[in-house]
Amino acid sequence: MATAAAHAGHDAHHDHKPSFFARWFLSTNHKDIGTLYLLFAFCAGMVGAFLSFGIRMEMEEPGLQYFSNPQTYNVFVTGHGLIMVFFMVMPALIGGFGNWFVPLMIGAPDMAFPRMNNISFWLTVAGFMSLVCSLFVEGAPGASGAGTGWTVYPPLSAAGHPGPAVDFAIFALHLSGAGSILGAINFITTILNMRAPGMTLHKMPLFAWAELVTAFLLLLSLPVLAGAITMLLTDRNFGTTFFDPAGGGDPILWQHLFWFFGHPEVYIMILPAFGIVSHIIATFSRKPVFGYLAMAYAMVAIGVVGFVVWAHHMYTVGLSLQTQSYFVFATMVIAVPTGVKIFSWIATMWGGSIRFTAAMHWAVGFIFLFTVGGVTGVVLANSAVDKYLHDTYYVVAHFHYVLSLGAVFIIFAGVYYWFPKMTGHMIPEWAGKLHFWLAFIGANVLFFPMHFLGLAGMPRRYADYPEAFAGWHKVSTYGGHIFGLGMFVFVIGVILAFRSKERAADNPWGEGATTLEWTLSSPPPFHQFETLPRIVDEPGHH
Amino acid sequence: MTQTPPAPARNAGRTALACAGFALGMLGLAFASAPLYDAFCKATGYDGTPRQGAAPATAAAQPGDAMLVHFDTNVAPGLPWKFRAEARSVEAKLGETQTVFFKVRNAASVPTTGIATFNVQPGLMGGYFVKVECFCFKEQTLQPGETIDVPVVFYVDPALRTDSNTAHLSEMTLSYTYFASKNGQPVTAALTSQGEAAGRRDF
Repeated sequence: MATAAAHAGHDAHHDHKPSFFARWFLSTNHKDIGTLYLLFAFCAGMVGAFLSFGIRMEMEEPGLQYFSNPQTYNVFVTGHGLIMVFFMVMPALIGGFGNWFVPLMIGAPDMAFPRMNNISFWLTVAGFMSLVCSLFVEGAPGASGAGTGWTVYPPLSAAGHPGPAVDFAIFALHLSGAGSILGAINFITTILNMRAPGMTLHKMPLFAWAELVTAFLLLLSLPVLAGAITMLLTDRNFGTTFFDPAGGGDPILWQHLFWFFGHPEVYIMILPAFGIVSHIIATFSRKPVFGYLAMAYAMVAIGVVGFVVWAHHMYTVGLSLQTQSYFVFATMVIAVPTGVKIFSWIATMWGGSIRFTAAMHWAVGFIFLFTVGGVTGVVLANSAVDKYLHDTYYVVAHFHYVLSLGAVFIIFAGVYYWFPKMTGHMIPEWAGKLHFWLAFIGANVLFFPMHFLGLAGMPRRYADYPEAFAGWHKVSTYGGHIFGLGMFVFVIGVILAFRSKERAADNPWGEGATTLEWTLSSPPPFHQFETLPRIVDEPGHH
Repeated sequence: MTQTPPAPARNAGRTALACAGFALGMLGLAFASAPLYDAFCKATGYDGTPRQGAAPATAAAQPGDAMLVHFDTNVAPGLPWKFRAEARSVEAKLGETQTVFFKVRNAASVPTTGIATFNVQPGLMGGYFVKVECFCFKEQTLQPGETIDVPVVFYVDPALRTDSNTAHLSEMTLSYTYFASKNGQPVTAALTSQGEAAGRRDF
């Protein structure tokens, strides 16, 4: 590892960066593209957050306060879901952190196909533009935008939305999907071919493992979505009847295709977070991660089993009892590798000399909240229980605990952990911790009452509700405001970091941060590892 | 420690091609799933798709074991037809072929064309409801005021008593829907979008 450090300094001397336009618009540098992805995810996340703010404001009280047409509320819900999934979480965790740190961690000079990397990013941006357009053109008769939910089920998305809004949304998914598939090919090629000498797959850091499994999930599931939305597009515009019973099609086929993509998609969103949290816990416990190989193969197992559980989203469509039993069982099996990960993180902390930095706050908070979301997931996996809870706020609470409090918490954990490495500046620790406590309290106040609402029978995707649900909806909205306040603290923290004269050390976290990126300068040179680092067999490398 | 010789360009190209092949393969599977799903439904009766076949029942039925089959007739918005079965329901002895006539009348003053599709409920019965002859998926043009009688010939397979999902059932529904059609293509999607009331029932 000493070799790598020496050469990093050497690189910095002839470190010519291209001009502004060439650097940021024609970028082929993995770190710059990573930065672009992170900035894009932040902007898209702000749009998605604005939409969720609209949802929470409307739901604060019964009756219609802000939306004169409840269809517009549905459009907000749809936009919020699609943006957060495809244009916030995925770009941040895969495009952003993946591009930044996979090459650094495996000791590669760049991604395998730098120009393809550039195309991936701009396809994602173009997809986002198409989705924003869809908000402003007619969808359902007399209302703008697609109000189909992120699941875009026909016939609502076909006969129910004659306007072009759904077509724009479909193109958005086509574009960002193509970008993600290209990105996945790039990650797989990079990780399989460009690891530094001596870095076998079984010595590779867990974040790189996470991105490798994620890339395979993307590669196998996104084309299915692309096919399904293309069929929906031709159903809508060219008279085919894949999903239209009038011509012998079946709308249930859409649900099978969508969830064959949709279920791996939720692991696509959480596996990179699993990788990041492993590094943060190990770094701040000053211990190598417990059960490295089990951790890596648990992610592989989650990825594989994730492909054969899709119909647990469809218990109410009339599956036979045997089919339901299989999907209940297969779904519960996923709790096993997930449990391996949770317990290994706890075992990593056990007996470690823990430092509660801002990043560690977020990581530990993640473990707790993700477990809560996982437990409600096991509840929902039961088809008999699910028939009662299907499409209620209980489901909304469940997937926000694993995504909003899971993936999003780790996006912030990653920012606080790697910000010094990416920029050379330190975000003040107090800002990260204050942000964490506001987000932790806010998100719990926001989403925990939704369990009660769901159990009481409050359905999803309604702009109005009976008086009986008013209390917890109000509490939930207050939680949203607290969470939103945390975002201001985050922005202030980032501004303070750039204004401060303090420069981050190459390895600001000291002993415990053992992956290759910490052997480079902060920020790393424009081109790194011109001489490849050699990985010698030392315990605790991962 | 082994050191791999640095020949990444060729290897990388090969890996990328294999990945692209995987992606294209999955895309192909997505499209293949439509006919496959159709074939799967027809073969297994999945999701209430009745089986179609000419062979009479082979499995032995308990004497007197019968199924009350209800008929549900619908006309999709955009098709000015009246459509009803000659009886609301019939008692079908298991394994015995039954013929039921449906009456279809064009109430419009112009010739119109429709196409019918069908389903059974509960969906799990699809595999045991066998149609020997039906008028489904055949385009039908009716002159103004014309009325026709169309037959459905079916039997209920006694094998349903050996399936734990369906053994306890004593009633089922056969549902037909007529959609307006043009050149063999349904035209309902365009018509519903003009804001007509959906799901008109005519019987």
